[in-house]
Amino acid sequence: MANIKELAKQEEKLSAGHRACSGCTAPMVVRMLYMAAGDTPLVIGCATGCLEVTTTIFPNTSWKTSFIHSAFENSAATVSGVEAAYKSLKKQGRYDRDVRFVAFGGDGGTYDIGFQSLSGAMERGHNMVYVCYNNEAYMNTGVQRSSATPKFGETTTSPVGSVEPGKKQFPKDLTEIMVAHSIPYVAQASPSMWNDLITKFQKALNCGGPAFVNVLSPCRLGWAFPSEKAVSIGRDAVNTCVWPLYEVVDGQYKITYKPREKKPVDEYLKQQTRYRHLFRPGGEAALAEIQANVDSKWERLKRLAGEA
Amino acid sequence: MAKVLQEATKMTQVQKMVKKALTGNEAAAYAMRQINPDVVAAYPITPATEIVQIYSSYVADGLVNTEFVAVESEHSAMSATVGACAAGGRAMTATSSQGLALMWEMLYIAAGLRLPIVMPVTNRALSAPINIHGDHSDTMGARDAGWIHIFSENSQEVYDNIIQAIRIAEHKDVLLPVMVTMDGFIISHAMEVVEVAPDELVSKFVGIYKPDRYLLDIDNPMTMGGLDFTDYYFEHRRSLAEPMFHAKEHILAVASEFEREFGRKYGLFEEYRMDNAEYAIVVLGSTAGTAKVAVDELREQGVKAGMIKVRIFRPFPYDEIAHAVSECRAAAVLDRSDGLAGRGGPVFGEVRSAICDMEKKPVTMNYVYGLGGRDINVEMIKSVYKDLQRAVATGERALVNYLGVRD
Repeated sequence: MANIKELAKQEEKLSAGHRACSGCTAPMVVRMLYMAAGDTPLVIGCATGCLEVTTTIFPNTSWKTSFIHSAFENSAATVSGVEAAYKSLKKQGRYDRDVRFVAFGGDGGTYDIGFQSLSGAMERGHNMVYVCYNNEAYMNTGVQRSSATPKFGETTTSPVGSVEPGKKQFPKDLTEIMVAHSIPYVAQASPSMWNDLITKFQKALNCGGPAFVNVLSPCRLGWAFPSEKAVSIGRDAVNTCVWPLYEVVDGQYKITYKPREKKPVDEYLKQQTRYRHLFRPGGEAALAEIQANVDSKWERLKRLAGEA
Repeated sequence: MAKVLQEATKMTQVQKMVKKALTGNEAAAYAMRQINPDVVAAYPITPATEIVQIYSSYVADGLVNTEFVAVESEHSAMSATVGACAAGGRAMTATSSQGLALMWEMLYIAAGLRLPIVMPVTNRALSAPINIHGDHSDTMGARDAGWIHIFSENSQEVYDNIIQAIRIAEHKDVLLPVMVTMDGFIISHAMEVVEVAPDELVSKFVGIYKPDRYLLDIDNPMTMGGLDFTDYYFEHRRSLAEPMFHAKEHILAVASEFEREFGRKYGLFEEYRMDNAEYAIVVLGSTAGTAKVAVDELREQGVKAGMIKVRIFRPFPYDEIAHAVSECRAAAVLDRSDGLAGRGGPVFGEVRSAICDMEKKPVTMNYVYGLGGRDINVEMIKSVYKDLQRAVATGERALVNYLGVRD
């Protein structure tokens, strides 16, 4: 459990001055990771995407620990190589520091183009944490649909038209796919629930093997909401159970936060322009479908966690 | 006295060479074992598979310190190699054909990040149609990626070139990745006598990789692979061209040190019977061996034939090759890939560019041959010399020719 007074004393390792949008939650995720790591040194890799392009504009960098970006689809593979070199040098007695390795990717770089690289690295058992800052679309290229984009969400490649309702498919459940990799630690988290997220990062960093943390990261540009709402919208995603917070430790499911009162999904959706078409006449069926999907997944999760 | 002793020690080392029967792939794996890189990340592909297969058995038997990363694709192979090298380790991989094509994006990144990765490539044709046999289409497709390309004629050269490549790549004024190629099957699967050096000599020759800046140097953190806008990108790419311009001198310096320690001589290219040659062919890889036989036979018949075997394709030895063919009446370039440029193969373009500014230059012709592993024999090469003689005698020539294909 993290202590906010102690955390506040830590040095910031993602420096200010990066070019992320106001209200972007990705840098919050990074800062919470650093808080979780404390004095343990990190080497961080990142897929091409918003986080990378906004923090490494030459000749500046926001990263106060070693950082590598190589391409879009290979954050996991790149960091797996860094970790392999570390293991090798340690084994040979040529390196004696204790370092942790973290790979970042957006949902495009994780769910889609980097999916194979992620799966490979997790299967190989590298001692690394993969963090998906999941903002549910390709935001860096201007809001295109990904396989993480929710059903009925509007993006520039799943536009709402006279015959199309926005994205036509539910997102794939990557967290569950990572659970199926039988790695020591998998979690779903939100930067809006700082204590939960930092605690999960601490567990991920110290699980002794590959860990995957899927962090829903509200994007004010792509979801279209006022930037000051970023944290509260993230909290609404959790409280409506659109984005349940849970972890799977060595295969054991645990819901880490249960909303006191599960709110209807409308309260979350109506704040975001990407769903505005659902609140026009005729959108009721779609809203009901989303609610039914959220309900059934939540019930399933409770069963898996032995709470049903 | 000390010097005499030194010389004597060197002599003993050279004498310690052991003859082994090795295929090209085995020679590559053997060299890699002696280099003992910190990380090898690789994915199987015919005909390069054996290299990593043999290497993983070295790992399994504890003969190397290497962390072997059995990745899920060649893209990840090069990505992990990039990560390992950036971290501060000596990192290698090996591939071929489609695998190299899948790595293509990462080849540019490895060079752009100035990572001295060394990669044996078993040359194989590119799809479509799918074909597993040897031609140079794969590495020629990567010729502008910022890698140094070293071609090998036989297993011995594969072994020697891989060892030298480590020193070339890691030289502070080079810091470029190097691919060492061999013709698929023709070299990779053909058993030959290879003289291998004792492990200690190779170890001493390659030394320990000590980069100035690396990710694991956590007290001096660094950001690698940042974003350049229009204000810096050009300068960074220009700074990548610089070491390529000067790599030749370091390649030659490493070659002469190699000759002292290992007893075998290497240059940017090999000239075979080029003294007073009137007709020359320029060739890469295993075909050079066949061409030497053709040259010998023609010389017996009084034809002043010679051959140039290009060893270093990147950086291309433009001036040196221009000089080497300057006294020839005609020169043919044999390309084992078709650049589909509309005017012959990639080596032809380089040679023509090399001689372009010469006042007196040979008549040139291009022969695309051997695609998909199609055989080339002595008679075919002799027919090229015959074409060159006819071109000089009559002025008649076809600029681009396809050798050994059914029309």
